[in-house]
Order: sequence, then structure tokens, then C-alpha cells
Amino acid sequence: MTDAPSAHPYIPNSAPEIKRAMLDAVGVPAADELYGSIPARLRFPGLLDLPEPLRSEYELRRHVTGVLDRNESAAERLSFLGGGCWPHYVPAVCDEIVNRGEFLTAYYGDTYGDHGKLQALFEYASMIGELVECDAVSQPTYDWGAAAATSICMAARITGRRVALVPASIGAQRRSLIEGYCRPWVEIVTIPFDSGTGVLALERIRDALSPQTACVYLEVPGFLGVIETQAEEIATLSREAGALQIVGVDPISLGVLEAPPRYGADIVCGELQPLGIHMHYGGGLAGFVASPDTERFVSEYPTFLIGLGPTVMDGEYAFGEVVWERTSYVQRGDSKEYAGTTQNLWAIAAGAYLGLVGPQGLAELGRTITSRAHYAARRLDGLPGVRAPALSAPFFKEFVVDFNESGASVAEINLALRQRGIFGGLDLSAEYPELGQSALFCVTEVHTKADIHRLADELADVF
Amino acid sequence: MTLRQFHQASWNEPILLELSNPGERGIVPPQIEQDLAAQDGLGDLPAALRRSEAPRLPELSQPQLLRHYLRLSQETLGNDVNIHLGLGTCTMKYSPKVNEEFVRSPKVADLHPLQDEETVQGMLEVFFRLEQMLREISGMDRFTFQPAGGSQGVYANARMMRAYHAARGEDHRDEIVTTIFSHPCDGAGPATVGYKVVTVYAGDKGYPEPDAIRKAVSERTAGLMITNPEDTGLFNPHIDEIVEIIHEAGGLCHYDQANANGILGITRARDVGFDLCQFNLHKTFSSPHCSMGMPVGACGVTSELERFLPVPTVEFDGTRYRLDYERPQSVGKIRAFHGVPATVVRSFAWVMSLGAEGLREVAEAAVLNNNYLASRLAGVRGLAVSFADTNPAHRLEQIRYSLAQLQEETGVGTLDVARRTSDFGVASYFPSHEPWIVPEPMTLEPSDSYSRADLDQYSEIIAEISREAYEEPQTVLDSPQRSTVHRMDQAPHDDPERWALTWRAYLRKQGGSAASEATALEAQTSGP
Repeated sequence: MTDAPSAHPYIPNSAPEIKRAMLDAVGVPAADELYGSIPARLRFPGLLDLPEPLRSEYELRRHVTGVLDRNESAAERLSFLGGGCWPHYVPAVCDEIVNRGEFLTAYYGDTYGDHGKLQALFEYASMIGELVECDAVSQPTYDWGAAAATSICMAARITGRRVALVPASIGAQRRSLIEGYCRPWVEIVTIPFDSGTGVLALERIRDALSPQTACVYLEVPGFLGVIETQAEEIATLSREAGALQIVGVDPISLGVLEAPPRYGADIVCGELQPLGIHMHYGGGLAGFVASPDTERFVSEYPTFLIGLGPTVMDGEYAFGEVVWERTSYVQRGDSKEYAGTTQNLWAIAAGAYLGLVGPQGLAELGRTITSRAHYAARRLDGLPGVRAPALSAPFFKEFVVDFNESGASVAEINLALRQRGIFGGLDLSAEYPELGQSALFCVTEVHTKADIHRLADELADVF
Repeated sequence: MTLRQFHQASWNEPILLELSNPGERGIVPPQIEQDLAAQDGLGDLPAALRRSEAPRLPELSQPQLLRHYLRLSQETLGNDVNIHLGLGTCTMKYSPKVNEEFVRSPKVADLHPLQDEETVQGMLEVFFRLEQMLREISGMDRFTFQPAGGSQGVYANARMMRAYHAARGEDHRDEIVTTIFSHPCDGAGPATVGYKVVTVYAGDKGYPEPDAIRKAVSERTAGLMITNPEDTGLFNPHIDEIVEIIHEAGGLCHYDQANANGILGITRARDVGFDLCQFNLHKTFSSPHCSMGMPVGACGVTSELERFLPVPTVEFDGTRYRLDYERPQSVGKIRAFHGVPATVVRSFAWVMSLGAEGLREVAEAAVLNNNYLASRLAGVRGLAVSFADTNPAHRLEQIRYSLAQLQEETGVGTLDVARRTSDFGVASYFPSHEPWIVPEPMTLEPSDSYSRADLDQYSEIIAEISREAYEEPQTVLDSPQRSTVHRMDQAPHDDPERWALTWRAYLRKQGGSAASEATALEAQTSGP
């Protein structure tokens, strides 16, 4: 390493002569002297045992690219995986915007230095507000599960009650997130779904509702793809019991599906990833919470809230934190829920996406997605040993495919499909044993009719 | 040095919804094949679930939308653009561009989180190898990258503490000790888990003394959550004694290492005795801060706590990487899927570009930069280093300064000074976390990425604003004048009648056209 360049390109003051001059200015002979406050017994002796560095950018690129090239991406194959993270088309403009260095490398700048970032975040909230017809919208949560958990905790605080009714059909992962998060504050009571239709058992909700019920949580569409057709009746039951109605949504469905407050939702939450964000092995997720814009609701948000307001110049907008005192940055150990850095870059992408597609594009997308998904279900249903959709209620972009009659397990089918360049549906057999050998298939606007034919043909060939 | 003549971009850009031109469109999505159109399944929906009125999204063409957002980006001073060392506690540093190429590749961006393990061996290898590196850097035995943020990492570690005590039948332990100069999430994370939080204040030397910790512990103590150096930049030399006090009381110790920039390769969490720690990969490990996005709180634990880690963990048998979900004592899911994998890739690449000597160079540069900047600021009138009188030790990677004297002598406070810095091309600095123990605080953290010239320039700006405060205070009080916008009125943001979280709320509160409809809808749906 003796002939290696001595200054590191990321560290300007690693240049020896500059470092020397700075040490002189500080008045110490060596940088080590600056660590005088760390007792010798706490110092790490010698050098860490780490891999030899790849100091040239070319070597680094070659090495890291070599490792990542072992991945087969969903874009390189034909993938029907959904289940909480979905393949949708990401417009080039969305990538261009989130890759701008100013947005990429901004952080916690204020009203002045980061005006543009704050405006983009306000616009995201404004457009989600239009989609779900709510005047109050949070800045992003970590993901849909976090948004649902926070919505439930908010409902408990707002109502002063401690029980939440949650469907069994929300998937094991979101259930784990919600139950783990809410446990100290809210008891989660599970409502079963009808394994023929996929919708909730209304009488079970009626039976479970009590004066302790803070809220009923629904998903439209749910993890198993089904649209809860009784949502309006359930919201009425909730209201009659004095409970709040929470509805979790996939926002890309809201060009064709109703804004939840119109059928009785008090709090709406959901996932932003479908709106112009790459899947990123799940890293593309970001959640949101929305509600009426009353003090009673807004004061219970734990998230950042960005508001539009005036400056000393007439007609000029600026953006500030709304009721900062609410947040755990002020409340510290007295907080109701913690806040922190979440997924703001994705909120900027989601805002740009909604601005691009507009009302017309969103409605077209909804119809394209449902048409393709329903066509796929019909095609698969014609195959021997295959039943689709296995749940009879209306669905949006995902549907359960029942392979029980095929004699093959989903694992075997998916392995065979993978050898043919197709990622099959998500295996539900462990999570939902009542559905037997079934899989959750996701079909969106990125799947053409030809793609669906290819899936059906390969599936037919597998058996 | 002469100060830069600066004016930030100020487009007076309307809200996107104001730019709508009905009939325009920004993109055409894939259209339905003719023969499929009739059977979209929507006809089976109850009327109550079919969209009755199109959402009032903007309608505008692609170039108009792109121009809007690029103007907004110009009105944002990210770290790529400005000397962002004012954001103390945030570890603003250079995020190498080559690492962005890795994560924009379909090999990362277009991976589905539920793909078969065989198809994501490269990604799992990155997870596994970065875990090995962080084990060496911290001395811990296992890591999870699932928490999507530093606060979520602290929260995850509080969950693991609770699971640990529950497994030992010690549920009565319901208190967490933290300190007033630790990050607020060190109290808020455990509070969310249901813990009562006991906050210990700093002693004369600017850090919590062992005796104060001793008074805070009891048989109810579940653990400690602490930052070191705390926000002051002071390293607490009694940290091992403090850890020992908690251990003797039966508690666990979490080291909040969100910002470990000054101590990489210098001192390790496990060697001090900590049981858990968390690194923020978007801070110390160079991943971009993403407008407060794409973060990872990488949580490290000892082998004794490994069984409580969130699922899945990444395992390697010498030839093949796999995800292990069979962990019955796991706290379960903290964040969906695998957290924010792109950030794991970036930080892996960053450590690979530096190695052990490079990481040490990072730490030394961060600490040298901080002390150099302090030496440059030493003569600035009205400014002092907090606890300087009682503790002359070199601060490590950051310093909490105080402008109390400046405020007393001129009436210009730290928020005024922070605003005024925007007029010189640097984003307003971060004063302090709440509460302001140090009066009129200013927290600067000149990480390894800033050059000597950057530090000189920043100190010149602060010196100039000090001069203004004494000679022409109104200039500072009326600032900013050369930023994107002028001085904001904070009051509406705390007033339910005036705050506006969305454009529709703004219009309603301004008496705009959407008013009656929105109010009616809300009245109809606002619950009991």
C-alpha cells in the first residue's frame, strides 16, 4: 500500500499537509491527542479486522456489481408476486425527481434552506388528501403496517378505549407489526373471514363490538386481494358502537374505488409504494395516515406534520411544523409514540406520480389493473386442477389461486415456474392453512395479455 | 476571505394543484385491451364502494410537472449543494455517487421482497457481509438491518429488552433510564413500548455522573438507553461504570450510536459493556439522507439477545445464503420485509471503499474538523462552547455552542442567527434537541466530508452574523433576505383554525371554494 494515494477522495482533510496544518491550528501533535477524554481501557487497540479496501472506484464498482449480479430481478423475469409490495410502472419523471441530488441529500433543513423539499412534501399530503378526501394527512410512516398500528393507537387515545377489531385476512407480517406495536396500549381482537368469499363475518363484528371497542380496522382491498363489500355496513356498526372506523387502502385503487370517508371511514391509512416507487426488495414501502382536520384527531398524530402558512411578505407561502410540541422530539420519555426519519423521498415520488397520472390516468389505471387481473383469473380458472379466484368476493389486483385439485404443492409449482423464468404467486399454504395449497397472484398494469397467456401456458405445462 | 455573494433560488412556485390545466395529462398508463374492457369486475361492487367523484388531482403535462419539481429541488439546500455542517447530530456527509448507481440498478430497485432466496443471493450476501463488518466495528455478535430508521432501531432494541426480561420472568422491570443529552428517541422509543422513562440530567462537566445514574436505578430498572458522546460532543469517560451500575441492577444497556462518526475504530460498544447498540447507516455510514428517507437503524446485540432479533435473520452455510424465520423467541416484525435494503447496499460499498484504516481516517477527520472549527470560532463575540468552563476536554465529532451572551447583549437569539445563515448559502443550523438545557444553543457537526476551506467559510459566516448582531441587529432579526422565502409566521401552525396540512384544508380555511363540501363531509364522518 506504500504507493497508494494517501488522500481518500471522500475525505478532503486526509491530505497529509492539510491535516498537519489543521493539527497545528488546533495545537495538538496528532489526531490521537483529540481522544484524550476516552480512557485507555476503553480504547480499541490496533486496527479493526475488515476487508482490504477497494480504493479505486472502478474496483469497487466491479466488485459490488459482481455481487449484485447474482440477483435475478422481478423486472428480468415475469413476476406475479405482490402481498404488500407490488410491481407497478414507475414513470421516468419520478426517478428523475427523486434522484436529484438536492432531494437525495437533503435532511432536516428548515423553512428557508429546504423550502422546496417541504413544498414537495406538503403537495404529497395535499394529493393524498384529494384521493382519500381527508383534510389532515400525515408525513410518511415507515410502511402500511406502521400506519395501521399508529391509526389504531390514535383511535384508542381519541376514544379512551382499548380494544381494536382487526381482520384475520391482513397477512401474518402486518399482523405481527400491528400486534407488536399496539400490545402495551390496545388489545387486538381478530375477526375471521369467510374462506369462500374472503369478506368478513358481519355477525362476528357485531358480537365483538362493545363499549371497550376503540376502532374497527378494515382493508379495501385486503392482503388477499378482496374488496370488503360490506365496508359501509361495518362502518355503520362501528359508529353505532361509538367506535372509530379505520380503512387501510392501496391508493392506486382510488381512481375506481370510493374515498373511504364517503362510506364511513374516520381514519384512512395505506401504502405509498404503488405510486411511482420501485419495490427495492421491500425498501420502497412508505405509509400514510389521514383523518378529519380537527384538533381532536390532529393532536394525536405522532408523525411529522407539515403545514402551509404565510411569511412577512404578502402572498408568499412558507412551510413549518404543525404543533411541534406533539412530537416525541419534545415529549421525549413522555411520548405516546416515537417519531423519526421515515421515508420522505418516497412521499416526494408519490406526489409527483399523482401529479403525473391526474384524475383521468388514475381512473384508467384502476380499470386496466382490474381488467387484466380478472382476465388472468379467468384464464387460470380454465386450467385443470386450478380454481381462480378462490375467494368469490370482488377483487382489485390480487386474487387467490387454489391448486388443491392439481395434486401439486405451491412450492413445487413455483419451482417449476421459476425454471421457466416466472415468479409465481405468493405461497399461502403456511400462513392460511384453511386455504390449502393456494397462492396469491398479483396482476397489474405491467402485465400484458401476452404475459398472462404465457403464465397460463407454462402452468398448463407444469401439470 | 470574502463572504460569498449569494441568493438562493426563489421561484415563488405555486402549489402543484394550482398549476392544473384541465385536459392536460402527464403520462398515459397502459390501456385495456379492447376485448378485456367489458369484464373488469367493477360491476360486481356495491355502489357505495365505486368512486363517485374523481379525485381533484392536478392535470398538467409532463414538462410542466418536471419543471415544477426541478424548481423545488433548486429551492432545497441538500448536502450535495451546501456546507451542511450546521445540522449537528445528523452527520451530514458525502454520499458517493457510485453507490447510487448500485441501488438504481434493476438488480436492487426491481427486486420483490418475497422472491425465492435462490434469486436474491447477491442481496443476501451484502446483508451478511455488512453484518460481519458491523460486528467487528461494534464488537457485537449479531445485527439486524430491519429497522427503517434510527428511532425505529432504538424502538426495536427496547422491544428486545422487554422480550429478554419477559423470558426471565422479570416483567416487573418497567423503567428505562436515559439522559437529557441523549437523542429524544432514547426516551420515546421505550415509552412507545410501554416503559416509564427516567431521565438523568448532566452534571457540572456536561455529562451524567455515575452517582446520578445510581440514584435513578432500582429493582424496576429494565435498562439504559444512552448516547455517547451525547449532543454536547463530550465523551463520558465513566461510561463503563455507568453500564456496570445498570448491569448490577439487572438491566440491559443500549448504546445509541446513530452518530458514531468520531469513534469508528477508536472504541467499541461491546468492549465498554453494552448489550445492544444501533448505527444509523444513513448517517455515519454515508447513505444519503433522502429528505429524511431510506434510513436504516442497524441494531447489534450480544449472543445472549440474538434469539430476540426481528425475523428474518440472514444465515450462510458456506455456499448459500438463506433467510431464517424459525426464531420462536423473536420480537417478530418491526418493519415490513427486510427494512430498506438499498441503504444496506450503499453502506456496504462505503465500508468496502475505506477498510479499517479508512474508517479510522473518517473518525479522525471528523474529530479534527470539529476541533479545528471550534478553534476558528473561538474568537467570535457572544459565542461560547457549552460546559467549557468546567470541562476543557476536546469534544469529539460535534459541539453544542451557546449564543446566550450574544442574545443578552444584542437581543439577537440563536433562531435569528440560524435564519440569517441562510442568506450566506448554508442551510440554517440545528440549535438543539428539546429541552434547551444549553441556552440559545447551536449544534455544529463538521463531518469528515468538509474541507478546511469549508470550515473557514462557515466560521466566517458565523463571525459576520455576530458582527451584524452587535452593529446592525435588525439585519439579523429581519432575515432571511436572500433565501427562497422570507421570515415565516409560526403562529398559524399551532392554531387549529389556521393550520393547513393539505391544500384542501388551506382553501377551506381561507374561505375558498372547497369549503362547504369539505366541512359537510367531515361533519358526516368525524365519529363519536
